[in-house]
Amino acid sequence: MADFQVGEQIPEVKVTPDKYLTVRYAGASGDFNPIHIDEEFAKAVGLPGRILHGLWTMAQVARAQTEAAGGPEHLKRLSVQFRGMGVPEQEVTVSGTVRELADGRAVIDTVAEQGGKQIIRNAEAELEL
Amino acid sequence: MPVNTKAIGKTYEPVLYAVGREKIREYARAVGETDPVHLDLDAARAAGYTDIVAPPMFAVVYSAPSVGPPIFDPEIELNFAMMVHGGQEFEWGAPVLAGDEITTTTSVKDISEADGRGYYVFESISTNQRGEQVCRGTWTNIVRGV
Repeated sequence: MADFQVGEQIPEVKVTPDKYLTVRYAGASGDFNPIHIDEEFAKAVGLPGRILHGLWTMAQVARAQTEAAGGPEHLKRLSVQFRGMGVPEQEVTVSGTVRELADGRAVIDTVAEQGGKQIIRNAEAELEL
Repeated sequence: MPVNTKAIGKTYEPVLYAVGREKIREYARAVGETDPVHLDLDAARAAGYTDIVAPPMFAVVYSAPSVGPPIFDPEIELNFAMMVHGGQEFEWGAPVLAGDEITTTTSVKDISEADGRGYYVFESISTNQRGEQVCRGTWTNIVRGV
């Protein structure tokens, strides 16, 4: 179990989704929206190319919390806002700061960035310690 | 054109999802989980669970099928082609293990409009075979150009 202090950062999670990650995540999650798996379709609807599933990126944010807390059972709530879009083959970094500690719970302000832009922002996690 | 708000409060048929051990492993690998409680039965048992544990965000797998019907409900008139997933919240209760049967019921929490965008908020409640709540999801979808 991590020793949380208000104002301290949780360990960063850095992950680079490979070229075919969106295909594996589509299969694993059941979200086959072609904007995530079909380059031509994505470009035809005005995107730069295939984009990451927002919920995959949210899973990276969740993982940063559960790894910091020492197990999946500690994560009680996570809310996020999706902004912009993530792309494959570029590193995603999840960071977070402990905002509050009370009654055996920690509240973490957390974000996911890629290429200097936040792709998940205003995220808040609640951990039971 | 104003958004159609008459479906606020509407609740859809429950959707049952049977949680498979290999599905949890497939999901855990796709999101890069390394905690062995998601991947290895012996490790899960050593940690006090009766079977492999779903990562919290596996909630997407068992609850999303319940959120499809409102998105495509003609009464809601949601323009799917212009929809983006704006926000998501999950609140977790009892852990989800391989072998669980999860029932999810989704309702329309809110429909509103601001600055030419429609905001469609759905709430999913998921319970296990013992009636314990395992997850509450709040799904905010934004439709441009309403």
